[in-house]
Amino acid sequence: MALNQASQLYSGSDRLGPWCSPTGSPAPLSCETGCGEGSWILVCRLLVPTQVSLLSMEEDIDTRKINNSFLRDHSYATEADIISTVEFNHTGELLATGDKGGRVVIFQREQESKNQVHRRGEYNVYSTFQSHEPEFDYLKSLEIEEKINKIRWLPQQNAAYFLLSTNDKTVKLWKVSERDKRPEGYNLKDEEGRLRDPATITTLRVPVLRPMDLMVEATPRRVFANAHTYHINSISVNSDYETYMSADDLRINLWNFEITNQSFNIVDIKPANMEELTEVITAAEFHPHHCNTFVYSSSKGTIRLCDMRASALCDRHTKFFEEPEDPSNRSFFSEIISSISDVKFSHSGRYIMTRDYLTVKVWDLNMENRPIETYQVHDYLRSKLCSLYENDCIFDKFECVWNGSDSVIMTGSYNNFFRMFDRNTKRDVTLEASRENSKPRAILKPRKVCVGGKRRKDEISVDSLDFSKKILHTAWHPSENIIAVAATNNLYIFQDKVN
Amino acid sequence: MFARGLKRKSSEDAEDADGGVAGLPAAPSYTLQRQSLLDMSLVKLQLCHMLVEPNLCRSVLIANTVRQIQEEMTQDGTWRVVAPQAAGRAPLDRLVSTEILCRSGREQEGEGDCPLPDPAPGQAPRRPQSSPWGLDGSREGRGGFQKSLDHIFETLENKTPGSVEELFSDVDSSYYDLDAVLTGMVGGAPTGPGLPAFAPTAAAPPSSTCRSDLGELEHTVEILVET
Repeated sequence: MALNQASQLYSGSDRLGPWCSPTGSPAPLSCETGCGEGSWILVCRLLVPTQVSLLSMEEDIDTRKINNSFLRDHSYATEADIISTVEFNHTGELLATGDKGGRVVIFQREQESKNQVHRRGEYNVYSTFQSHEPEFDYLKSLEIEEKINKIRWLPQQNAAYFLLSTNDKTVKLWKVSERDKRPEGYNLKDEEGRLRDPATITTLRVPVLRPMDLMVEATPRRVFANAHTYHINSISVNSDYETYMSADDLRINLWNFEITNQSFNIVDIKPANMEELTEVITAAEFHPHHCNTFVYSSSKGTIRLCDMRASALCDRHTKFFEEPEDPSNRSFFSEIISSISDVKFSHSGRYIMTRDYLTVKVWDLNMENRPIETYQVHDYLRSKLCSLYENDCIFDKFECVWNGSDSVIMTGSYNNFFRMFDRNTKRDVTLEASRENSKPRAILKPRKVCVGGKRRKDEISVDSLDFSKKILHTAWHPSENIIAVAATNNLYIFQDKVN
Repeated sequence: MFARGLKRKSSEDAEDADGGVAGLPAAPSYTLQRQSLLDMSLVKLQLCHMLVEPNLCRSVLIANTVRQIQEEMTQDGTWRVVAPQAAGRAPLDRLVSTEILCRSGREQEGEGDCPLPDPAPGQAPRRPQSSPWGLDGSREGRGGFQKSLDHIFETLENKTPGSVEELFSDVDSSYYDLDAVLTGMVGGAPTGPGLPAFAPTAAAPPSSTCRSDLGELEHTVEILVET
């Protein structure tokens, strides 16, 4: 079944979206609401589909019957469906996910319409394509995973959408465009596309464009390969919209979008003697406004800010951000938990946010010696570090995101929990993204982890946490209070309820 | 500090002795914790070799942890020599400490003396003569292990051809070399259960491998450094 037909099937169903706006008017959500004042509701839960199609909430039986033939139930999900990256585009109209199987699925926001005002805010599948395939490196006899590590959108400059997607070794630029017209009336070809014998042509006509069913097609426009020896962990589009960078464990390369056979190495921390290797690059990002500035984080909990105008190879940082170690908390795991898994500039460009294993930190670019804010994500794990080291969970790489106004930050945790911190009110909330606890239209209930002593009724004890259910990837709409949370193969979209 | 060559006593005696020596950690469980963490880390590093494409960040962090423990143990001077009669108890130290290690701190303090169970009869046989913790002179023993650890890192960087798969090098890191090395290790090993028992368990979760015989681990180290 064609993708667009399935799209229509979904939107044409009688399934009532779990949209909580009582009056049906467009939700004038502003980012100023913050996380404490609003309440979060589930908009929709999407399973990344193998075949085309979309999935409904389990509550509606009609659509379930319709969709059963080609939807994949949560319980049959394979490892290839595990979502590995989530990213809104610059307007928030599109939401892209990448998965372990190398696929990219793009969701589009339901447009406002007079008839179905209540459906606004839902996201439906817009395009699905296979971005990367598994490869085999014959020289090293190693497999190259097709898992999509990161997706980054380019700002829209024409009718088509462009995004970068990367696996461990290769970055690709994809063009996603719509086609709703088709040329008819060629002179040299007949209606079936076969070439006509020129001798039979007696008249000339001008081909005309006739409407056709909407088709969304994705084409790879550039392939940027063979520039990384180690695994790519980050890509970042520069504010000049002409260049972007890709970072692996030891090197960062600068690319021009137009040139695929060449890239400039701008950071190289590989020691001459690999025995001396003690630190790797974990994440990197360009400044949102200054196209010469970027930051990269390390496994030792440091952030370096570099200026590309200073030298061609940015081996010497312009700024060096590191918090002095707390001697009272010192343990053999101190370094591991200080390793930064994600770094993000604020939209304003004034701050950077870093995520290490137990905390999220906000740094002012003008102050290098310590962060200005530190938020505890799940400090109750501090006494469990040994077990988490044993089962490798201590190496999990959580991401973190800013909301559109930089007033709220969000990051994931275990047991399908995710946390939001309001920087202004200093309030925080823990929410859960799970099938069992998310009824449509209901307000998400804040969750609480009980550390010791008596456990209250709705609390969950630390020992009952499910460490296989981790929220590593989340995204926040650029201007509204809409968030996307990836839990294994499920994509949850939540919205702040209008008061 | 203990004089070199001093036999290591049972843990109860050691604990009393520890209490009397300034500068050493008071609770023996800390030493056991640390040793167990070291063992676990070494196993994890070796498991890295088995992976198709080892995660470099993870490997670096684990290696740094190992170095850190090693430095601290060197500073403490706690490279103890294990006397032959105590050798049989050493693996049990590991067994116990792994459990203790992963319990909460409060429980560990409650444990206090950290009692050792009697040696289980099913324990894999020791290999005292090849173990650095064995009958050799204390100096050799201690230096030998230190050297082994350094050598692991060196071999990991593919200094010697045909050595175990390097950890950090981007030079040809063939998976087949690893197979060959493992096979070679099995074939070349002196009689004993050490490696053949180890290789299949390498795929097992680290916790169970941690519980494997200390002798197997040391034996593996021996083979890695090609002594």
